[in-house]
Amino acid sequence: MRRSNLIQAFLPLAVLWSLPAGAQTIYPINRAEILAGAHFDLKVEFPGVVATDRLRVTVNGRPAADVFGRAPDYIEREDGQAASSVMLRDAALTAPGVYTVAASDGEHSASVTWEVYAAPTARRARNVILFVGDGMAVANVTAARILSRGIEQGRYRGTLAMDTLPQMAMVGTSGSDSIITDSANAAHAYNTGHKSAVNALGVYASRARDSLAHPRVETLGSIVQRDLGMAVGIVTNTEIQDATPAAVFAHTRRRADYLPITDQMLESGASVILGGGSASFLPQGTPGSRRRDGRNMIDAFRQQGYAFADAGESLASVAADPNTTKLLGLFNLGNMDTALDRFYLRQGTVSRFPNQPDLTEQTRAALQVLSRNPAGFFLMVESGLIDKANHPLDFERSVYDTILLDNSLKVALDWAGNRNDTMIIVVPDHTQGIGIYGVVDDSRPGEMRDRVGTYAEAGFPNYPAADARGYPPSVDVSRRLTAGYAAFPDYYETFRPHLEGQNVPAVQQGSGGPYVANPIYRDQPGAMLRLGNLPRDASTGVHTVDDGVLRATGPGSERFHGFIDNTLVFRAMAEALGLGR
Amino acid sequence: MAARRHTTTRRPVLAAAAAFLLPPNPVAAAERLAFDDLYSGWSVMGASFSPRLLALVGQEAALRGYMAPPLKAEADFFVLAREPMALCPFCSSDADWPVDIVVVYLRRQAQPTDPGTRIEVVGRVETGSWTDPDSGFVSQIRLRDARFRPL
Ligand SMILES: [Zn+2]
Repeated sequence: MRRSNLIQAFLPLAVLWSLPAGAQTIYPINRAEILAGAHFDLKVEFPGVVATDRLRVTVNGRPAADVFGRAPDYIEREDGQAASSVMLRDAALTAPGVYTVAASDGEHSASVTWEVYAAPTARRARNVILFVGDGMAVANVTAARILSRGIEQGRYRGTLAMDTLPQMAMVGTSGSDSIITDSANAAHAYNTGHKSAVNALGVYASRARDSLAHPRVETLGSIVQRDLGMAVGIVTNTEIQDATPAAVFAHTRRRADYLPITDQMLESGASVILGGGSASFLPQGTPGSRRRDGRNMIDAFRQQGYAFADAGESLASVAADPNTTKLLGLFNLGNMDTALDRFYLRQGTVSRFPNQPDLTEQTRAALQVLSRNPAGFFLMVESGLIDKANHPLDFERSVYDTILLDNSLKVALDWAGNRNDTMIIVVPDHTQGIGIYGVVDDSRPGEMRDRVGTYAEAGFPNYPAADARGYPPSVDVSRRLTAGYAAFPDYYETFRPHLEGQNVPAVQQGSGGPYVANPIYRDQPGAMLRLGNLPRDASTGVHTVDDGVLRATGPGSERFHGFIDNTLVFRAMAEALGLGR
Repeated sequence: MAARRHTTTRRPVLAAAAAFLLPPNPVAAAERLAFDDLYSGWSVMGASFSPRLLALVGQEAALRGYMAPPLKAEADFFVLAREPMALCPFCSSDADWPVDIVVVYLRRQAQPTDPGTRIEVVGRVETGSWTDPDSGFVSQIRLRDARFRPL
């Protein structure tokens, strides 16, 4: 075929795809993979006002109203703008196959193609447990193994629990809007199988102005409750409204919608909800509340039959009660504290909330309550402070919370034992750029940077052996790991762990001004100013595009190998549960 | 934390703020409070104001902390925090915001200080939930008719 013919041959397709700016947009987007029977909102946005008689939306050539059994709503002027939309809430397609959705305003047309799929086999997993290490890079895992298990003459003295899982895959985390994702969009992919945009949870990022009005896609937690009567559990050490836990049930374009997210949590039917963030539950008049109304959401949960726990001891006793099938546990007004702070440094909010449970105790309590449901359960457990420590370049805190994740995984692996009915996955939602490049040795002469040993001079660090919890009781040792972050604002590198509280690398200079190195570290011995490589409006380090490493075990986990898109995590869980058939 | 990058294009205030600042030693007139003195009890069900704070309601008190990145340059309203804040409370969700902040209403507008500069604020103590009508920011403790100086 000659070149001109080649171009001609593709011309119709090219016309279809290279639409003029402002052509209609269809949600779900092109190449969406949709679980058969899962609910989604079909939305078509037209660039201008379109009369109903000119407007046409078809699915495989048939009118959408015929295919879905009801007509989409026609919005002549969306948000008062001179632009029409059609929206069909809670649509579903039950027959697997390829679907081409076309929309026309009489002049222009656009189309997208979806794949609707069902599990190839009947249900194989009774339970699914998804562990998320937020922002967990390979360097976090390597350092966790060094600190928790020890290393001698190049051989580790032991492996992490996650190292023992048989399946492994590299995960691509990019979103529909950007190669770099955030925790909202990343967890959205795991929970819905769709790719969306930064800050979005359970929705496609459409042009709607109201963050709660965007086209929704159903979450696994909703599907398994509706189709299989399974119980759903959400466990984290961040605020329970934070992106990763919220992705299990929430639908908003804006992850910061903590109050709507709290209200949606109550409607979600989740059986076990454990984390921080009571501030968004307390009525406005209460000091510490972030609500803008007088509702007491803890009371609202109680009225729906939830038992309530506010500390480690009450969590254990409430979970042990055989009558407890719905459990709300809130252990901090805000985020809970890192393992390093709770067990060793007593910084952060530990003195205010001295009885916060450990993530291992939360995981154990969740398993105890959820396993009372004979139809099985889906449990998401997040170690969320790995990312919250990586952002401010606080490597030691991120490593301790990686050990925390591994300890919690161990609880689930022990629980699953030889049952062979539980799929267990451990995965970051996205990565941060970190590399361990040496060992800093305080006994060496010179400035701090001259005390960094690389290659042969690095040798081995001298962290004390891990205690019964799996952590070295001290990070403040004379030979310690030196890790570098790929992206950072201006900051003072101290080559030391931040014993005085979590690092705050940069502070803003003036109103709307640049972020500059936080001067409180300037006078620490050996502190070295590092000029940032991020734009000056960046206050902390950022997420990276680097693949995440997933590990898995149990029925259905053989789906994970090689490279996968993050949406396949959802698909593999759905397939293990036999959904869509 | 989200991939939050906020670009602000706010006009800096040119007027010198010196006239609105405190005289060098205002502490003599006002009782000095510390952030640790504000609340006497913390729980998941909320915090409780300390008896010391409640005894000062309606009276002048001095409090030292750091000005958070302000909502606008022409500030007569800002957030005082115990530690320097990396985040602007108005551009991030106030969910990321520490609970024990104090909202300051200045007697007169003043140029904001750098968030890394420790300041002392003197103002009339007010407690109870209150929503700022302009920003929607909810606070529990405020200093009204306030003045401040860098330390
Ligand atoms: Zn993050």
